Amino acid sequence: MSAKKPTVAVYKFSSCDGCQLSILNMEDELLELAEVVDIAYFLEATRAQKPGPYDLALVEGSITTPHEIEKIKQVRSQAKTVIALGTCATSGGIQALRNFASAEEYAKTVYPSPEYLQYLDSATPISEHIQVDLELWGCPVNKKQMAEVIVALLNNRKPNLPPYSVCLECKRRLTVCVLVDRDIPCLGPVTQAGCSAICPAMGRGCYGCFGPARESNIESLMAVLKEKERYPGEIMRLFRGISGYSPAFKDAAESLSGEKVTA
Amino acid sequence: MQNETLPEIGSTITIEKSTMNEILLRLKQNGFLTIGPRIENETLIYGAIENLEDLPRGYTTEQKPGYFRLFRDRHSRYFDIIPGAQSWKQFLFPSCVELFSLRRITNSWEFAPRAVETPKFAFIGVRACELAAIQIQDAIFMREDFTDPIYQARRAHTFIISVNCTHPADTCFCLSMECGPQVRQGFDLNISELDNVFALTIGSELGRKLMAGLSFDDASGYVLASVDQKIGNARRQMKRNLNTQDLPELILENLDHPYWNEIGKRCLSCTNCTQVCPTCFCWNVTDESSLDGKSTCRERVWDSCFNPDYSYQAGGNTRPTIYSRYRQWASHKLGTWKQQFGTLGCTGCGRCITWCPAEIDITEEINNLGNEVKR
Repeated sequence: MSAKKPTVAVYKFSSCDGCQLSILNMEDELLELAEVVDIAYFLEATRAQKPGPYDLALVEGSITTPHEIEKIKQVRSQAKTVIALGTCATSGGIQALRNFASAEEYAKTVYPSPEYLQYLDSATPISEHIQVDLELWGCPVNKKQMAEVIVALLNNRKPNLPPYSVCLECKRRLTVCVLVDRDIPCLGPVTQAGCSAICPAMGRGCYGCFGPARESNIESLMAVLKEKERYPGEIMRLFRGISGYSPAFKDAAESLSGEKVTA
Repeated sequence: MQNETLPEIGSTITIEKSTMNEILLRLKQNGFLTIGPRIENETLIYGAIENLEDLPRGYTTEQKPGYFRLFRDRHSRYFDIIPGAQSWKQFLFPSCVELFSLRRITNSWEFAPRAVETPKFAFIGVRACELAAIQIQDAIFMREDFTDPIYQARRAHTFIISVNCTHPADTCFCLSMECGPQVRQGFDLNISELDNVFALTIGSELGRKLMAGLSFDDASGYVLASVDQKIGNARRQMKRNLNTQDLPELILENLDHPYWNEIGKRCLSCTNCTQVCPTCFCWNVTDESSLDGKSTCRERVWDSCFNPDYSYQAGGNTRPTIYSRYRQWASHKLGTWKQQFGTLGCTGCGRCITWCPAEIDITEEINNLGNEVKR
């Protein structure tokens, strides 16, 4: 490690701030983090700002306004390495639900004077606008994975981010499968691990926050879950949830609804 | 009546069911952690039990491919329940265990071995298929040339109270694998549960000594006949069958058969079958380093041949498709395991069938493969 600490900037786009809070939630490791990196720009944590360029940009949120399209390009030009932080940044997040409906109708429903809003018709991942060096999924991201990525970068090695499904994490903590034991629709078999399988441990099915697992069999799971559907459209909506705009889950929901989406 | 003498090893006695509480108490007084089936969060797990009342008395399970339900039945027996997803594996081969940690001290590293705190387990209610699975893992982890110290330390002091199976589930096929339903060997005490008494077979010196001063009778001819009859019923009830006659040749001579691809279309590659399997033993070693780079901890965790990274090596994945991963699992379990360890790697417990969300049934798939090959 060089004597000069690498500089880190944390940015927020359209998001709930949960991933930035996950960084602050590192609590025990936070002081260590401040020792090994120079937190140069992180408005959620401090008003103090240092000018760029930065060694690392952590970007939370998806792109939903014309202004954000410009801003994300500036972020890229100011940072050596850009990490998309959380499922908004990697696949649009929950606000990407607008991609399957009319953004205008949504705006009218929510705001009394929508004419003052400037927004895009769709919410899109960072990688649709700039070159991203690493995508860290999660809604919010897992703080252990967050720390692993930073340690790996500092030591110039590949971060250890497991490609297997939530099921393996679920079994490691000895949780009994909610899908088999109680017919609860669960995206665990096709969702990337990383959350430590918190939802099944609480008796809920997996919502797919960490995005599609590599080399999983979504088609087979669709058939399995269809059999367990408790109300019409449940499984389609499950795929079209937190990671619904990720290509694999988007295709699954389209095939279940029979409607092609061209957002 | 209270007995002055101890029962002989190999003999079968009858005890009042409540006497089992005294046996459990004595085990605890001897430093054992008594573990058995119990109900937690409305499902069946293996956990610490204090006495008979902690067992799922009067419960039974319904099991089918991809389906498990626990329900109350019209009986009052303690050991009538076919196990769920959990197995004894989790105690002898823990899902996550620290191996060591390292701390950087100026220019060198300080090695800290894992904190050794090995519990003494007493397993209560181990079925024949499960005991066979423990013996299979013994052969893996306690080989003459290599011994896993974590497994060995746990296994060396494990006390086993096994139980003869009298009501197999729909997914059971221990008869095909010649592992049950009757417990044959490897136990300290073996229970056969009748409606009013336990018939108890003494399997070890420690098991024998535990009976000191307790009330028991020699098992009568009637009791022994009743036990035989119940085990006979269990044999007849077992409908599922895996034809092992042609194994492992059927699998190993047909690795390129297109039928594997048919299974691959349904397999989720989710790893569930391997994780609930009481003989699967794959693991990975991972390092977790601190942010300041001054310390690191190495852990051993359960892994699976269905994990795409498991077969990744320099240059790529040697099992790049889901069907190739399923074929690896099945061909190891029912094929190459025999060359490696001398037995097949399956005991017919049926967990992989029950806990596969896609309802893939290894007995049906291998029988289908056999039929496809013959066509």
